[in-house]
Amino acid sequence: MADQSTSGVPIELRKVTKVFPGSGEPAVRELDLNIPAGEIVVLVGPSGCGKTTTMRMINRLIEPTSGDIVIDGRSSHDIDPDRLRRNIGYVIQQAGLFPHMTVAANIAQVPKMLGWDRARIAERVDELLTLVGLDPGQYRDTFPRRLSGGQQQRVGVARALAADPPVLLMDEPFGALDPISRERLQDELLGLQDDLAKTIVFVTHDIDEALKIGDHIAIMKAPGHIVQYASPAEILTNPADDYVEQFLGAGSSMRLLRLTKVGDIEVDQVPYASEDADAAEVLAEIERHGLDYALLTDGMRRPLRWVGAEHLQGLTGPVGSAGDPITGTLHHRMTLQDALEALLNADNDVVPVVGRRRAYAGALSLSTVQNAIQAIKIRERERRLHRGETGAGR
Amino acid sequence: MTVSTAVPDETTNPEPRLGRSWHIVLPLLCYLAVGAAMIIYTQSVPLDGIERGSLNLPYIFGRTWEHIQLVFYSTVLVLVVALPLGILLTRGTLRRATPFVLTLVNVGQATPAVGLVVLLAVLFQIGFWTSVAALFAYSLLPTLRNTMVGLQQVDWRLIDAGRGIGMSAARVLFKVELPMAAPVILSGIRTTLVLSVGTASIAAFIGAGGLGDLITTGVSTQRNLVLVTGCVLIAVLALMIDWVGGLAQRVLAPKGLS
Repeated sequence: MADQSTSGVPIELRKVTKVFPGSGEPAVRELDLNIPAGEIVVLVGPSGCGKTTTMRMINRLIEPTSGDIVIDGRSSHDIDPDRLRRNIGYVIQQAGLFPHMTVAANIAQVPKMLGWDRARIAERVDELLTLVGLDPGQYRDTFPRRLSGGQQQRVGVARALAADPPVLLMDEPFGALDPISRERLQDELLGLQDDLAKTIVFVTHDIDEALKIGDHIAIMKAPGHIVQYASPAEILTNPADDYVEQFLGAGSSMRLLRLTKVGDIEVDQVPYASEDADAAEVLAEIERHGLDYALLTDGMRRPLRWVGAEHLQGLTGPVGSAGDPITGTLHHRMTLQDALEALLNADNDVVPVVGRRRAYAGALSLSTVQNAIQAIKIRERERRLHRGETGAGR
Repeated sequence: MTVSTAVPDETTNPEPRLGRSWHIVLPLLCYLAVGAAMIIYTQSVPLDGIERGSLNLPYIFGRTWEHIQLVFYSTVLVLVVALPLGILLTRGTLRRATPFVLTLVNVGQATPAVGLVVLLAVLFQIGFWTSVAALFAYSLLPTLRNTMVGLQQVDWRLIDAGRGIGMSAARVLFKVELPMAAPVILSGIRTTLVLSVGTASIAAFIGAGGLGDLITTGVSTQRNLVLVTGCVLIAVLALMIDWVGGLAQRVLAPKGLS
């Protein structure tokens, strides 16, 4: 289960019920949940809805009263709990680091239990610290209390990843952080997940965090059942019932903006040319597009200046230094919300979009964003209608 | 990477040192000086026959050594009993037995020490080991209670994190709970030590020796010098053992907690 190159494995909860002794009502009731391999699934709901209990049953910190949990085709019930947990990374609020151990010793706990030799552990510790963005030379031998909350949480993630487990359980890991560190760690987690493709079960009560992090979101309600299990976009455009709608609160359209990346929508294409292009040719290109401006780039296709038709009129030879410098660019990984913010503050109506290595990838204007949102809404509505028809046909 | 490895090791030593060494031994030197001054004084003033019997050097050192032995054996006994018992009483279902055990141990502590010693002597016999038993009963509480309190106050999230990453219950106990509880447990042991140094003077009542002999002799023969010498030496011994306990606490407590 813990090969070096493991990525996620699927987890399946089958009619899982948990009744705590001495309480009549079950904390989790006949819960079915399919967690696909390599996805981030967020359990979200108000406190007391059973989300943490559900998560803790996956690594058997809590034993289910009935039902079965199947991890990568094996019932977790057949695996010794301690061995099971060594193959499931576990991250909790405020990291749960051992304060009397150095950062390196904290990370080394699971590899030690798995019997790795010293050299391999030391190498792995440094590798993981680098992975989570901490300089090994500086942080390896420090104690946790000398780290900031965000740094502690990074070490917590490193510790969970130490033996390269296929599954990660995260229990409100960023709950105690300030909003800025939280945002940054969420982004970093998503970045890590791009490379690692673990199966991550993430518990939070923050719907915005859920929408941002999750590939799928399970919205839970007391007593311990799932009200809706769907992708973030579907939950936003098609909440299952009043409870979900209430839980989402106001501002679904704004959230849709936050959920969509610039690269996800169709951006405008404007004529672009490098500085040494012939002015007359650029002018012809502009006219062919029916516009009155073009974008000048450097040799690496990085946007430099806007050049208007009036600048080029009568110019012969290379374009050279004609035109006005651009005031900013949008990155294709930016959310639409950030892009909108930048567009509202920009001097020009149109702002160039850059992709990898800051190379030209298109341009964006307010109307394009507006059309894109419209298109998303229509698409989701059609999907809903389509599902409704097939549902009725059954 | 190559740049960071070139940085000397001193820069990555984040923990404060123990402090300048003379600072630490200063109290010890003071205690030794007081003890030595007391003994030198007794040797330099004219003494009558009774005083000479109790204040000659071999006698004083012999009684001091007996005193230390009383404290040593009773404390070892306390450690052997209190640490495992304290751990057991914080595990699972045994937790329910905690109040009963604490009540029992409290009785030992609350009984007047003299009464306890004499009672045990009546029940068993007079002598060294009966005194050790009485001292044990009398000084068990601080170590036992601190072991339990120390273990109980370990943040449950650390235990949860330990179990969650696949540590067995025993590994969590030895790698997380006991190290985290160490400062509290050590301070309990220190209290036990100091308590037994003082109480051991009562051992003289049942012929177990120790520096208490000087006090009983001083009282019964009305030789104040003998009485005061006994008191001062017991106090000095208690302070010195407390100093050793403090040092042990600083050295043995896990790094990174403060």
